[in-house]
Amino acid sequence: MSILINQDTRLLVQGITGRDGSFHTRQMIEYGTRVVAGVTPGKGGRTFEGAVPVFDTVADAVAAARPNVSVIYVPAALAASAIFEAADAGIPLVVCITEGLPVLDMTRVMPFLRERGTRLIGPNCPGLISPGQSKVGIIPGNICVPGSVGVVSRSGTLTYEIIHQLTGHGLGQSSCVGIGGDPIIGTNFIDCLRAFEADPATDAVVMIGEIGGTDEQQAAEFVRAHMKKPVVGFIAGQTAPPGRRMGHAGAIISGASGTAADKMAALEAAGIAVMKRPADVVPLLQERR
Amino acid sequence: MNLHEYQAREILRKHGIPVPEGAVAASPAEARAIAQRLGGTVVVKAQVHAGGRGKAGGVKLAQTPDDAETVAGRILGMRIKGLVVDKVLVVPAAEIATESYVGFIVDRASQRPVLMVSAAGGVDIEEVAAQTPEKIHRLTVDPRYGLLPHQAQALAFQLYREIGPVRQAADIMRRLYETVYAVGASLVEINPLVTTPDGKVQALDAKIVIDDNELERHPDIAALRDASSEAPSEVQARQAGLTFIKLEGSVGCCVNGAGLAMATMDLVKYYGGEPANFLDIGGSSNPEKVVNALRIITADPSVKAILFNIFGGITRCDDVANGIVQATTAFPLKVPMVIRLTGTNEKEALAILAKAGYSAGTDMDQAVQAAVARAQGRAA
Repeated sequence: MSILINQDTRLLVQGITGRDGSFHTRQMIEYGTRVVAGVTPGKGGRTFEGAVPVFDTVADAVAAARPNVSVIYVPAALAASAIFEAADAGIPLVVCITEGLPVLDMTRVMPFLRERGTRLIGPNCPGLISPGQSKVGIIPGNICVPGSVGVVSRSGTLTYEIIHQLTGHGLGQSSCVGIGGDPIIGTNFIDCLRAFEADPATDAVVMIGEIGGTDEQQAAEFVRAHMKKPVVGFIAGQTAPPGRRMGHAGAIISGASGTAADKMAALEAAGIAVMKRPADVVPLLQERR
Repeated sequence: MNLHEYQAREILRKHGIPVPEGAVAASPAEARAIAQRLGGTVVVKAQVHAGGRGKAGGVKLAQTPDDAETVAGRILGMRIKGLVVDKVLVVPAAEIATESYVGFIVDRASQRPVLMVSAAGGVDIEEVAAQTPEKIHRLTVDPRYGLLPHQAQALAFQLYREIGPVRQAADIMRRLYETVYAVGASLVEINPLVTTPDGKVQALDAKIVIDDNELERHPDIAALRDASSEAPSEVQARQAGLTFIKLEGSVGCCVNGAGLAMATMDLVKYYGGEPANFLDIGGSSNPEKVVNALRIITADPSVKAILFNIFGGITRCDDVANGIVQATTAFPLKVPMVIRLTGTNEKEALAILAKAGYSAGTDMDQAVQAAVARAQGRAA
């Protein structure tokens, strides 16, 4: 088992013929993901590398290939439109890899998704992987192995670093989810923690947060009140200066709120083992399991 | 991206929000001419991206055009929180009956725009929020319908009792909401929103912050950027497509990915060092980016050691290695460098670096410890 994606995932790629879209579609197929369709307006009727049918619209792709997950690799200016289109076509899970979506676009996207019951992961995220089953996005498949640790993170390469530590010490993963580094994201820590708590294949969770906002504090409260499985946490940005965006649009300390110290204290108060550095993940997990 | 007050005023004016007359001057003579045209007493205000301008002496009254010239001469060239003032705004010194606050932010928790108003205007709103939060009234706006007339009016009644100013303020709030979406703002504030003795509601001072992700679709707004208020190294980095933030330490960091870059800085601190910067070379693995990154890091004289921390995913380690070799061939390094790379094409990268005489490791903790030691003049 796993959360969100598994061997039954039928994937649609929006922006399949673009530079990033085509590269990562190849990687996902190589990993074993069932990519059933692609969309690039104006290129309907072709096939991607002789294997994946390409459609002009998401609605056409849904009618012909019945995807249940869509992944978006279109440029930032078109990404909100691509999310709207996927939700309108009834796709229940949409993963937006694209970075640089205006936050005001997201204020309009979110109510639209809620009305249609579509879950969004991202934007500005590396996607997710259920090792050995399916990979949707850009997380390198070769660093993951199947196992029972769930990983949820606001980051990309920092997540790879932590997965790399886990895999290096024989701790496989049930699912790894990159929820994205933007101020408004479709799926937050709590959504993933709840799913991991309910997933019989997961027996411990690693959550990787960073400065900015209060998602980690709310997640800590959720862990305290609702989780039995052990959780290990990391917060990036202890040395970040206030008022500056640290690469991710959402990674900013505003006034006195959103600091790493606050978040680490909230995690600890909720009984979450807090790593001081990425290499602590393995010993802390081994202590708790 | 922050806008200056004079730029924010102009945007509000274009969207039908009443602002006092006035104009911006870059020289004392220009300030004099504006004061002459306005007539009467004027206020000369420093235009810098820093709070507390008044306390720093950057806002002054001037009775006559001559005064305005003298005052502008003193303010222009002044440093406020390290930033040099090169423009002043000259506005009439209006009589003020009341001062309020009106602002929009995009709220992360509700994922919606939130309108905030307070009758306690003219002071730092964060202080009001901290000390007397009950004086701030908030409304979460449903972006599908926008700010509805009755909602704006109800909030305006929190500021005024008379229907005249209430109607004017409600109209200003609705126009302000439209401005947020029209220019792609992540924050707009009118502080203070004033009433004049004859009952007119006006925006006396304004602040607008634009979401950087909006700049591509708003080239007119992007053109308002004032690079003089940024560190030159940060301007250079932005032009090269890098995210760079200068800090005070001695370990220059070059990392792929924002989260890993922050974690690397934190680990430098953990091992007793201080990071000199945040630098994310991004997901693409163009060797040119690495060359630019090294050029920017090495230009900082406080950097005593350079640390590369690369986790290859989309970024290919061999591209980074090629960039390092290209850069150090073109301009040899004067400080030691520690390289950690792992992931995609790691073996190729190690071979490229070995050929050029560099050693590299694959462990993050070891690399950070070595870089801290070298920055402190110890052997790694």
